[in-house]
Amino acid sequence: MGSKLTLGRAINTGLRQAMEADPKVLVMGEDVGKLGGVFRVTDGLQKDFGADRVIDTPLAESGIVGTAIGLALRGYRPVCEIQFDGFFFPAANQTFSQLAKIRRRSAGVLSVPVVIRIPYGGGIGAVEHHSESPEAYFTHTAGLRVVTAATPEDAYWAIQQAVASDDPVIFLEPKRRYYEKAEVDTDATLSAAPPLDAARVARPGSDATIVAYGPMVKTALQAAEADTERDIEVIDLRSLAPIDYDTVADSVRRTGRLVVVHEAPLTNGVGGEISARVTEECFYHLEAPVMRVCGFDTPYPQSRLEEYYLPDLDRILDGIDRAFAY
Amino acid sequence: MHYTTAHEDTELIQLLTPDGELREHPDYPLDISAAEVRGLYRDLVLVRRIDTEAVALQRQGELGLWASLLGQEAAQVGSGRALRANDMVFPSYREHGVAWCRDVDPWELLGLFRGVTNGGWDPNEHGFQLYTIVIGTQNLHATGYAMGVQRDGALGDDGTAVISYFGDGATSQGDTNEAFNFAAVNNAPVVFFCQNNQWAISEPLERQARVPLYQRALGYGFPGVRIDGNDVLATLAVTRRALRSAREGQGPTLIEAFTYRMGAHTTNDDPTRYRVSAEIDEWKQRDPILRLRAYLANQGMATDTFFAEVDTEADQLGERVRDECRALADPEPLDIFREVYAEPNSHIDRQRADFAEYLASFEDAGVTEGR
Repeated sequence: MGSKLTLGRAINTGLRQAMEADPKVLVMGEDVGKLGGVFRVTDGLQKDFGADRVIDTPLAESGIVGTAIGLALRGYRPVCEIQFDGFFFPAANQTFSQLAKIRRRSAGVLSVPVVIRIPYGGGIGAVEHHSESPEAYFTHTAGLRVVTAATPEDAYWAIQQAVASDDPVIFLEPKRRYYEKAEVDTDATLSAAPPLDAARVARPGSDATIVAYGPMVKTALQAAEADTERDIEVIDLRSLAPIDYDTVADSVRRTGRLVVVHEAPLTNGVGGEISARVTEECFYHLEAPVMRVCGFDTPYPQSRLEEYYLPDLDRILDGIDRAFAY
Repeated sequence: MHYTTAHEDTELIQLLTPDGELREHPDYPLDISAAEVRGLYRDLVLVRRIDTEAVALQRQGELGLWASLLGQEAAQVGSGRALRANDMVFPSYREHGVAWCRDVDPWELLGLFRGVTNGGWDPNEHGFQLYTIVIGTQNLHATGYAMGVQRDGALGDDGTAVISYFGDGATSQGDTNEAFNFAAVNNAPVVFFCQNNQWAISEPLERQARVPLYQRALGYGFPGVRIDGNDVLATLAVTRRALRSAREGQGPTLIEAFTYRMGAHTTNDDPTRYRVSAEIDEWKQRDPILRLRAYLANQGMATDTFFAEVDTEADQLGERVRDECRALADPEPLDIFREVYAEPNSHIDRQRADFAEYLASFEDAGVTEGR
């Protein structure tokens, strides 16, 4: 039986499922216990699973990820919460130089199945360091899987799959979509959910393709709806590492035009990589160069300017126009 | 002595003087048989030989690099022999003597320095994790592992203690300080074993700290103790007690083993640029092997035959190390792609296939050399 859940509650419910299914699953981070996290994503978990499994940590991000690695080496499956995107960076060494490399370093003898959950992206009128999109740092690091969820249904399954994965997973949660509700079929089985690394056609179309992920999927769908002249396909990428290029290339071969949308800065972003790969694989199918509609190569601006920084419906439509005007 | 104040010296726990005289310590009674002391001597000599061979192998081009432990044998063997089978070690990259105590074959250590592997042994088989090169990071891993031990209920006399090795330089790292704090807050069963060898490459201790390192523990709320790291008996006794305290649920201890890096930081380093030979001469007087040999001889606990046998064994081990090192084969090119992920990964799978095809194209062209 399904129920209507917000995206935040869907992750909470998925975490609860994961903790019930496997006693080795732990939740750890700042304020994840009694408070339930600043976004309440871990609400009620400490009450039900105890302080040994839902750990309020000292305020030190490197310490959170570093001790999670140690717990994983002891056989646990820690799910770390980093409170905001911009607070991740103290944990960079533990994530990039340790977590991502231990499996390879040990020639497969060691696994470190750590999930790092990060509320990410802008659009909530926040102060500095609370609105960033750091995904490219992660996708450029071998050994990490990077996923994001655009809908409650996806978030519910993806967090469980991330916990079950023997690889470290960076789980990016679109914080401005935390409170959006949708139906989630919580009675279905985990094995029936689409694979963690599969993209999803969120809206079929024939004239052009938009690739988006996380918070931008909803905006891309709105842009597609708003375009009454053209039939726009929207792909929700879901996994950013690895990327499901088969789904993207299949779409572009049908539509001939591609616009990639993300909040993160343009240069060296996921969009650039998709553009290069689609050019390699779909060169003779392309009617226009791949267009990118992204954040600017600037620090994330003060909140009164974020509506200009963030790709919105009009900028995405402008990107589609450019693809057709070429 | 310019490297330590009188006040600090009173804090130093020493059971065996540099002249080989045993001094009882009320807090650390020594419970050890003559055979065990001879065993420690053998360990010290063999570990030093492994190190000497490795330096030579690097000079001969068989290793890309070696981080010598010369001078730190007692700190490593004393603490390593304090461990029990259930315990878990998180080393830095110079803990060849601890590895020896954990039955990691010396040539398994050499693979990393030869460049045939980034690891080289099964950490769970030996209770000895892989070397960690970014300094201080392993202190957090050890603390997390110890938190796991707590959650497993694996404390008590037959339980597990965790020990983490690092140097004086690593005490400046945030990760070390975060580890101290996480361990204290969680009362985690971990021993932080700092080998203060006085030098972090070229930077002397006074560039790292304004207080004696063992006193750091006080600020985090657990005991810290300074030992003579060139005294294998003091190291053994103090580490045993700290491990027991961890196992019994009394939380972490910081041990500062006051020792000296007699060699270069690594084979790439030139210590003549930053330190004077008089300092080395001074520390030669405190050599960990000489003092134990003097003790064994003075007490009539070992004969000349024993010492000669250990030397012969060291010669044989040295030969074995040389042979095994040269026998370490290069990995296959496609090993680049192995074990990056546990699960299938479309990016890696594709790149491996493309690269395999590229490599095969040389064979198709009849080119077998040079790839």
